[in-house]
Amino acid sequence: MVIRRCEPGQTFRTPGSHRLITIDHARPTLQQPQIDNTMKILVCVTSVPDTTTKITFTDNNTKFNKAGVQFITGPYDDYALARAIELKEKLGGTVTVLNVGEADTEPVIRKCLAIGADDAIRVNADPTDAFFVAEQIAAIAKENSYDLILMGRESIDYNGGQVHGIVGELLGMPSISPVMQLDINGDTAQITREIEGGKESLEARLPLVLGCQEPIAEWKIPNMRGIMTARTKPLKVIEPTSKDTLTNVASYELPAPRGNVKMIPADQAETLIQLLRTEAKVI
Amino acid sequence: MSVLIFAELDEGKLRKSSQEAIYYGAKVAEQLGTSATAIVIGQADDSELATAGRFGATKVLHAADSKLNEPNGMAYATVVAAAAQQEGTKVIVLAKSSLADAMAARLVGKLRAGLAANVVELPDLSNGFRVKRSIYTGKAFAYTDLTADVKILAIKKNTLAVEEKDATASVETFSPALNDGDFGIAVKSTDKATGDVLLPEADLVVSAGRGLKGPENWGIVEDLAKALHAATACSKPVSDLDWRPHSEHVGQTGLKISPNLYIACGISGAIQHLAGVNSSKVIVVINKDPEAPFFKSADYGIVGDVFDVLPRLTKAVQAL
Ligand SMILES: Cc1cc2nc3c(=O)[nH]c(=O)nc-3n(C[C@H](O)[C@H](O)[C@H](O)COP(=O)(O)OP(=O)(O)OC[C@H]3O[C@@H](n4cnc5c(N)ncnc54)[C@H](O)[C@@H]3O)c2cc1C
Repeated sequence: MVIRRCEPGQTFRTPGSHRLITIDHARPTLQQPQIDNTMKILVCVTSVPDTTTKITFTDNNTKFNKAGVQFITGPYDDYALARAIELKEKLGGTVTVLNVGEADTEPVIRKCLAIGADDAIRVNADPTDAFFVAEQIAAIAKENSYDLILMGRESIDYNGGQVHGIVGELLGMPSISPVMQLDINGDTAQITREIEGGKESLEARLPLVLGCQEPIAEWKIPNMRGIMTARTKPLKVIEPTSKDTLTNVASYELPAPRGNVKMIPADQAETLIQLLRTEAKVI
Repeated sequence: MSVLIFAELDEGKLRKSSQEAIYYGAKVAEQLGTSATAIVIGQADDSELATAGRFGATKVLHAADSKLNEPNGMAYATVVAAAAQQEGTKVIVLAKSSLADAMAARLVGKLRAGLAANVVELPDLSNGFRVKRSIYTGKAFAYTDLTADVKILAIKKNTLAVEEKDATASVETFSPALNDGDFGIAVKSTDKATGDVLLPEADLVVSAGRGLKGPENWGIVEDLAKALHAATACSKPVSDLDWRPHSEHVGQTGLKISPNLYIACGISGAIQHLAGVNSSKVIVVINKDPEAPFFKSADYGIVGDVFDVLPRLTKAVQAL
């Protein structure tokens, strides 16, 4: 291992390793660097309409109607954050929250800080498409050498489920999704991934990019102390590094409403099967 | 220039969802005046691969390197990217799945391709390349222009009614250079229900919620599913309580499915549950509470006790 000189308080990584070397703040004159095995975790979160939102559009179906809509942390991102905080509590380390969004996403970011993230970064831009968002995340990750980059398996607005994979590809790191269990042992992650009709157990070396879902952790609710401390935690706002998009939404449409329900009396339940065969023609 | 379809295998057979993807890809190829090629990775007989022709592919590229036997999104993306390059492909089609989603995302990074997920119709090529995709977990659609040179379409189940024809595809071995860096993830074990109908691919689904009271009562759900050759699904609390495996959980935070028939038993119909199932063609709701919100989103409803109604439905199906 190469020992580099560095200033007190400065953090760096040794070449070929993802381990952190930190100089102790409390003893600024001490030149002996300490090996710090703690994790550095980045959690990428989306700010999305609450799951109970009735979706509507304005401007001739070209704009999402934000009026009266409550925005929340993406439910899958919330699972990722909850697990990140559990890992931090168990193994030590830091959790940074990253959101690509305009200023109106800050309540969601503050809530993540209240739940226990240490600091946050907001890339000041409308998250126009998955590739654009992934490029912002990758640019920040390149500067910071995170051990784990966690996010939800997909955002619940566009349900693309691609950002983790693109980030992994841009960083040359493995990506795994949807992850339903995550444990860290030294520099190795033990992962359970959901597959059709079951699950698989995987093992991979850090650093990794993971798309998360339940039951990786239970959603966390901020407590009063968390809410108070969140106000003063650092939230850095930066401008996007690139503007490339590969897709562009032209307009929106709402699904046609379902026809009226046909009720069948319980004592004639058997007729349902006839109707499914002769009328609906699905069996 | 051919349209390339990423087709998946399940125990050596083309998956049903991949057959749909091939059919869709062949239709896009027709629109573009070109042919459809399927790329298949893993072990399978040539005779099985040739059946891709029934769904409209003229050629199958078969990558059978034994290193690729374990599904691996990263390595598969390397193979598909190589196939796309060989074929001069501008449009790649796949059916959404846990493997295809992982593969497609890596492909976006590799090719700087524009990906539209949950596509529900054929593209509109009258002015650029526009697709209709489902967004907000089934609550809306977005007409999206794909502006990148290479386009990837991940289609939702039941996008087109598949019509088979009497044709076979030619099968070519495809052996691109593999990338060691793609094999860093070790698969320790796989735990998968076998022999059952896979939920994401199922045409018919019988689903049950907290109204079933406990895991010991699932026999009546499984009996109806078996009689119909349907897959079983469940609501979120049911998988949270460990009454059923998580892979059966449908809804906002679970699987999004679009079968021909979805039978909901003892499920209240919360908006988060509906989000995962509302694109099913026909929805049947069985609930003892006439006020259950699910009835508003159903095509057929029975106000009744599942413990009485389900066994009778099973008998009626068996009598068909
Ligand atoms: C962010 C978020 C995400 C969520 N994601 C999902 C999701 O992905 N999927 C999901 O399902 N839920 C999800 N939920 C939870 C959702 O809000 C509901 O709580 C859940 O769907 C209710 O499940 P249920 O219908 O099985 O249970 P309940 O709401 O308890 O309903 C049980 C129903 O069974 C009926 N019943 C009881 N006994 C009988 C009987 N003997 N015969 C007939 N009917 C009977 C009752 O009348 C009742 O309607 C989410 C919630 C949140 C906040």
